[in-house]
Amino acid sequence: MSHPERIAALTQAVEDLLREARQQGADAAEAAVSAQTGLSVTVRLGETETIEHTSDNGLGITVYFGHRKGSANTTDLRPAAIRESVAAACRIARHTSEDPAAGLADPDLLASDVPDLDLYHPWTLDADQAADIARDCEDAARAADPRIGNSEGATLYTQGSSFVYGNSNGFVGGYPSSRHSLSCAVIAQQGEEMQRDYWYDSSRLPAELAEPAAIGRRAAERTLARLGARRLGTRECPVLFRADVAPSLLRSLFGAIRGHAVYRKSTFLLDRVGTQVFPDWVQISEDPLRPRGQASAPFDNEGVTTRQRDLVSDGVLQGYLLDSYAARKLGLCSTGNAGGVRNARIADSGQSFEALLREMGRGLVVTELMGQGTNPVTGDYSRGAAGFWVEDGEIRYPVEEITVAGNLKDMYRQLLAVGTDNDVPGSIDSGSWLIENMTVAGD
Amino acid sequence: MSHSIAIARETLLDAPGLSEGQLAQVMDRLLSRQVDAADIYFQYGRLESWVLEDGIVKEGSHSIEQGAGLRAISGEKTGFAYTDSLELSRLLDAAGAARAIAQVGQHGARAVATHAAAPALYAPINPLDSLSEEQKLDLMRRADAEARAADPRVQEVIVSLVAAHDTILVMDHSGQISGDVRPLVRMSVQVIVEHDGRREQGSSGGGARQALDFFLADDRAMAYAREAVRQALVNLDAVAAPAGMLPVVLGPGWPGVLLHEAVGHGLEGDFNRKGTSAFSGRIGEQVASPLCTVVDDGTLPGRRGSLSVDDEGTPSGNNVLIEKGILKGYMQDKLNAHLMGVAPTGNGRRESYAHLPMPRMTNTYMLPGAHDPGEIIASVEHGIYAVNFGGGQVDITSGKFVFSANEAYLIEKGKVTHPVKGATLIGNGPEVMTQISMVGDDLALDTGVGTCGKEGQSVPVGVGQPTLKIDQLTVGGTAA
Repeated sequence: MSHPERIAALTQAVEDLLREARQQGADAAEAAVSAQTGLSVTVRLGETETIEHTSDNGLGITVYFGHRKGSANTTDLRPAAIRESVAAACRIARHTSEDPAAGLADPDLLASDVPDLDLYHPWTLDADQAADIARDCEDAARAADPRIGNSEGATLYTQGSSFVYGNSNGFVGGYPSSRHSLSCAVIAQQGEEMQRDYWYDSSRLPAELAEPAAIGRRAAERTLARLGARRLGTRECPVLFRADVAPSLLRSLFGAIRGHAVYRKSTFLLDRVGTQVFPDWVQISEDPLRPRGQASAPFDNEGVTTRQRDLVSDGVLQGYLLDSYAARKLGLCSTGNAGGVRNARIADSGQSFEALLREMGRGLVVTELMGQGTNPVTGDYSRGAAGFWVEDGEIRYPVEEITVAGNLKDMYRQLLAVGTDNDVPGSIDSGSWLIENMTVAGD
Repeated sequence: MSHSIAIARETLLDAPGLSEGQLAQVMDRLLSRQVDAADIYFQYGRLESWVLEDGIVKEGSHSIEQGAGLRAISGEKTGFAYTDSLELSRLLDAAGAARAIAQVGQHGARAVATHAAAPALYAPINPLDSLSEEQKLDLMRRADAEARAADPRVQEVIVSLVAAHDTILVMDHSGQISGDVRPLVRMSVQVIVEHDGRREQGSSGGGARQALDFFLADDRAMAYAREAVRQALVNLDAVAAPAGMLPVVLGPGWPGVLLHEAVGHGLEGDFNRKGTSAFSGRIGEQVASPLCTVVDDGTLPGRRGSLSVDDEGTPSGNNVLIEKGILKGYMQDKLNAHLMGVAPTGNGRRESYAHLPMPRMTNTYMLPGAHDPGEIIASVEHGIYAVNFGGGQVDITSGKFVFSANEAYLIEKGKVTHPVKGATLIGNGPEVMTQISMVGDDLALDTGVGTCGKEGQSVPVGVGQPTLKIDQLTVGGTAA
């Protein structure tokens, strides 16, 4: 059965679940059911290494007894497991405390229709065809240079999903979606030194995936560029977070303005809505309804309408990311962000990557970040890094085994430019970020 | 047949109505091509979690994870399929999909069911019902009260309590059946403190393959609460950490995440078979200072990282990885052991039936040395003493690894002085291990909170070490 055909069956399952919850005594309930099927094929050193057939079902139910809440989920969708799950959720709800903020989303915020965002574009290919594509990708990487002496392989992954959410306020909605990706990781050797890097692409549409050979060549280029890496002496200097690592700085922002972090006062951006967090040229937005978008969704995880919104305008923080619970805790309204930010974008400031190098003059380009190293309460930031040292606006040599440190509040204020080089796949659209000054620790 | 296998058979074969003959039929299907090895892995998992926040138990959740994963191996090739239904027809379909990796032909032998038993390292209990709901909630409320009573600067307290019950059964291509019943509990306390407009966090917790009354014993839950508050208050006073190469003294226990990152991952068999690790081809070489003996020991009774048998049915081992600085061996699953011509070491682990097994750590720790911990600190003129860490990460190919301190102090003239802010430490695994110049006599294992991620799969692990001194390590602070 294709995923669009499954929507009706999943809708029936959601309605059955809600009825079962009511029969077991719940005052209100919400449920989500999903089915996912896929194929993952890895080719390493030209040979097929693994073929994985994936097939994941999931069902989640949350029940409310007044303002007391209980949840359950299961990968087993047989009737006995469903009954056990609903009973477990109800048992839990009888023991949790009355919490006035707990409950379903306000009915007037629920999506009144479910727009078709064109997210489902299945790829019918068998394991041999998938292996051929992965092989083309890895072959291109291995052929790029004799120093590419080893490989972790190339993986083609394709999946289709169907998802339905419903609640006892009468909302039920669902949609099918697809996701395809091709990735390649290779190892370059030079004397005793070994370096690894990778590249990938992902898309809702098979036809929009980059050419396999182009992905392989880029994986090879990135890996070769690391050879000859040195350390740096400890110093302060400007730092350019290349477009492949810059989205992590936006993720830290989103973590800090998440409603749950705000009402817990566990964020370095507490009470900062309406204030200048970035320089006045910075614009950050989300667009959950973008057709074929990697993180698009016609409604959030509680059935609330999603909409295009500005998160930061002219450098000023516009609001928090709220689900119903956090909104009630803060005396605000849900922003349709149950489940997070969808298709975020930071507008560029007009410079190419090369122009940013020239603007920086002398400093560090970061192309890899390691470890967690971010304190969400204080904004203190200290992470392992690798990249390139830049002098006179040009890359001089690769660097590794260093750290970059500062505080996210300062880093955001000291954002000098965002590049036009936003060619990195994923759900966050960002070019490279040039930050005025950070501490680099090395030898 | 051990008690665990009997329970596993009852749960995973008898209850869904699978006979041994039907199991053999599924295995025959997997073996109906030129397959070198195959296995069928059954899992029945239940997990329950509770969260207390704002002084009330707000949420609880129950999870069911259940199904079977079928794998066929031919040379270096692996075919894998899984199903969340244990019906014979679905198992046969999955077997057909998994075996497609191999050429048409026939595996030489037919599976004959036999049973393997390993000594159980934990009781085959269900921890979800090891305390009543009232007792679980009371435990969490008392931890909340303990944290709030510890200091008036405590603003927020979040307590979580998790109990997991996994029953697994695995049949390999020879027909050997192994089973295990794996309880796992975990509790954590996280606090936010505030003073003069400055806020900080602290967290503590623990866990084991035991019943939930583990947290009632030895005042554990209350100790987690007090420890979380203590840590947060220390950080309220922290100054900027230094930046640059410094001597670093690591405290005992959880700082053993050093070993997990600096050497552990790099010694997993898959990376070494493929030659992608900084430790590849280095068995018998000096890869650490002669003071270092590092083991991966899955046989410690009741520990979070322990397994009576791994997910391929191999009994856990106490494997010496590095002995007096010399690299002794890698951690192996069956596939990589076979391809490298060595014995499996009991490190074949998987997150669930829906994931392929691979070599993973269990409890990785360094054996104690001869030094008094006080003497180690006294030996440092100017450096860092780090006692608590968040996570870490490693690039196994270049050997570069990081781990992030979240409680650390300056050492000045041989004395621990001011607390410093969290900072990431970065080094090169094989190099850093040779920089270890003193090893304490105070080996401690962590409290049972570790989770290791690899290729998208999470498994519970343990770490440990005595106090030790690294002569030079890069500290990623902001102070010159």
